[in-house]
Amino acid sequence: MAQFTLPANSKVTPGKSFPPPAAAKRAKTFKIYRWDPEAKATPRLDSYAIDLEACGPMVLDALIKIKNEVDTTLTFRRSCREGICGSCAMNIDGTNTLACLKPIDEIKGDARIYPLPHLPVIKDLVPDCTVPYAQLASVTPWLQTESSPPPDRERLQSTAERAKLDGLWECVLCFCCQTSCPSYWWNGERYLGPAILLQAYRWLADSRDERTGERLDALEDPFRLYRCHTIMNCTKTCPKSLNPAKAIAEIKKMMVARR
Amino acid sequence: MELRSTLGRVRGLGSAKDGAHHWWAQRTTAVALVPLSLWFVASVIALVGANHATAVAWFRSPINATLMVLLIVATFYHAALGLQVVLEDYVHHEGQKVAGILAVKGLAALLGLLAAIAVLKLAFGG
Repeated sequence: MAQFTLPANSKVTPGKSFPPPAAAKRAKTFKIYRWDPEAKATPRLDSYAIDLEACGPMVLDALIKIKNEVDTTLTFRRSCREGICGSCAMNIDGTNTLACLKPIDEIKGDARIYPLPHLPVIKDLVPDCTVPYAQLASVTPWLQTESSPPPDRERLQSTAERAKLDGLWECVLCFCCQTSCPSYWWNGERYLGPAILLQAYRWLADSRDERTGERLDALEDPFRLYRCHTIMNCTKTCPKSLNPAKAIAEIKKMMVARR
Repeated sequence: MELRSTLGRVRGLGSAKDGAHHWWAQRTTAVALVPLSLWFVASVIALVGANHATAVAWFRSPINATLMVLLIVATFYHAALGLQVVLEDYVHHEGQKVAGILAVKGLAALLGLLAAIAVLKLAFGG
């Protein structure tokens, strides 16, 4: 049955508190989830007060400032700092988003920062994405054809055919939507989840792909596809303003269209 | 200890190649229930204060009896499909899940058939 009490490692206790610098003009407190697999302790919430006058505008700027100047043990993923790599996905102020695209000014009161929900935590804000990556591989996200390409050029696509991929190719696989979906929380190993289904639809919608039927065969499953109950958290949370729920609805329409 | 690869795990037993029918049946019964429920509520309101004989006479009308049976079939079919999804979502013990789904489907068939036969009994003047 469903589990109603949290396991020990999901109970977060108050942690260390770092006061603002003495000369701070505009102090802001960041409450950050901390868990060290080697410490043999339950997770804690550390408080870091920093001066926003000496910090960049985004939450990622604050995290980098804290790591550089206050506490070097704080662990998180980041790379491009401009919403293209998808590394700094985390739960900020109760919503999954990219730290590099989230302005600090949008957060009222203390900023609470947790790792993406319902994935195993490796350390602090770093989740284990092994299962979603394997699920992505399972939908064979690459062009598959039987006919050989024209000898002198690439496979052609009309402007209208190419336009069908807009809103799909922009996904950076940050898994904000994937881990915001309650259906994915309850059945994460069998339901593919919004991010993977959006990728699956990206290839179903590609005019050059010739294995649409086989792709639909692999998706038609009570769990892989039909655990989506149009909760819409995915679309609400997407930091790239994409619409995974619509992509899933399009797959369901294709399932009915071929009956 | 589990040493199976993650890809092997998420591929699992493969696709059931089923589910579209369940989804489509859930949508179509939902659409059918909109007019049927409105008609049923309006009919019950129209029968407020009526005596037993008037109610029996209402069920004897072939149109009323047919729509009543359709309403019963759509309601119990839709309810069974919906409860099955709830059980699949939240019950992760395979035995409990199968038992729960069988119980839901059995109960829906029992209650639906009982209601339909009661309507037919009235309609045919038993």
